[in-house]
Amino acid sequence: MITPIGSIFSTFSDSVGFIFERRPSDAGTVQVGGLAEMGHLAGNHFAVSFLAIVVSIAISVPIGLWLGHLGRAEMLAVGVANVGRAVPALAIIGFCVAFLGTGFRNIAFALTLLAIPPILTNTYVGMRQVDPELVDAARGQGLSGFQIVRQVEWPLALPTIFGGIRISVVTVLATAIISPIAGLDSLGTPIFSEEIYGTEGVIAAAIAVAFLTLMTDAGFALVQRLVTPKGLKIAARANRRPRRLRPLSIRRVQHP
Amino acid sequence: MSQTLLAQSGGFLRDRSGDTGCPSNDGVCLGWMVEHLDRYWDPFLEHVVITLIPLVIGFAIALSMGLLAHRQKWLITPFTGLTSAIYTIPSISSFLLLLPITGRGNDTAIIALTAYTLVIIFRNVVTGLAGVPQGAVDAARGMGLTSRQLLFSVELPLALPEIIAGLRIAAATTVGLAAFAYLAGAGGLGANIDADIDFRGNVLVCGVILTLLAAALDFLVLSVQRLLTPWRRAAA
Repeated sequence: MITPIGSIFSTFSDSVGFIFERRPSDAGTVQVGGLAEMGHLAGNHFAVSFLAIVVSIAISVPIGLWLGHLGRAEMLAVGVANVGRAVPALAIIGFCVAFLGTGFRNIAFALTLLAIPPILTNTYVGMRQVDPELVDAARGQGLSGFQIVRQVEWPLALPTIFGGIRISVVTVLATAIISPIAGLDSLGTPIFSEEIYGTEGVIAAAIAVAFLTLMTDAGFALVQRLVTPKGLKIAARANRRPRRLRPLSIRRVQHP
Repeated sequence: MSQTLLAQSGGFLRDRSGDTGCPSNDGVCLGWMVEHLDRYWDPFLEHVVITLIPLVIGFAIALSMGLLAHRQKWLITPFTGLTSAIYTIPSISSFLLLLPITGRGNDTAIIALTAYTLVIIFRNVVTGLAGVPQGAVDAARGMGLTSRQLLFSVELPLALPEIIAGLRIAAATTVGLAAFAYLAGAGGLGANIDADIDFRGNVLVCGVILTLLAAALDFLVLSVQRLLTPWRRAAA
């Protein structure tokens, strides 16, 4: 289907207008759009996503640090990411709705399930990547297991852990779009209620989610850079290949 | 603007007034599953199509980009930036933002899903080629191989495991993202989940089929890798 460029352009500009200006719905019965409503939907969107991310960090990071420090249960810590990748996000939301019911808490739970695998796997892999000689040196200096984790392994693993959190944040924000089918208003609401919000509402919501996700990801990229220990940055520069890419492997989840 | 983007107004709900017994209670309903498996067949085939086509096209594009970037190293940074920016945009947003341009249907889904495979495969092509031991490259040059021979008989075969690892991740990811393609008016099992999301039996069947599809694709790609790299089997 070929649509004239002008019509495409006006669709998008109308949609951007929808975000800022309230207007009557297509049926003319209610007022839709505008910053207040979009802000409210975005607030919900971020609230449920934030809860899911906080809970999944609280669960996965300690487990990943512990397993990674001991070097145990690699199958579990790495396999969870492969299983997580194979089960579609929509199916996880579907399972939660069908078996647990709808509402804020159930969606937050489903999103938490989605967010755990990348963080857990990256925490584990980040810990295992730490040079064993550094750990031996720390042990030789008389540091306890807890001190080694806190002073040596944790700072060196932090950039990788943050990489996992970044993927989870992006995934959760993207999946929270479908929360209306589980009974929670979010930026997905105009998308699933086109008969009320109109085409502009659908496109406006799509633009808003894309914009907010890109901004959030950029913010996390900045934090990831800030938490990278100075020593690692210097080592990377000394490598003369400052933007050395690491492969995406079945073993490591990364922000591509 | 009065054109309607999404399928029916009022969402995708199936009329369930005819349900009796177990399905009317939203149970797991094993008997119902077996009896009604055929209703998932066509969506399943559609799902396979909108997964495989993006993988094939995406692989071709990403491999070309990777080979180009391998020759012209300065291209690595812009290509990586571009593909990861695309990947960060939520898939549902992409499907909907493409609708006014490409219209409803499988095409829109295929375009968006192809774009999502790029970052994963491209990155692994580049790192795979960069990881080829310098000794192997030097030896091949010493034997008088041309650049083209070097690429096809030394570099690509040695980079293959990593390239395939990228393809495996892309395959599983695409199966999952294709579940949202129904929002672009494309086929696939996503619509079945949404249409009957309260019915446990339905959600279970769809979820299991999709997970098995991801696993099957993974196995398929892995088998191709074993066929293409016989020397690794001999070593193992």
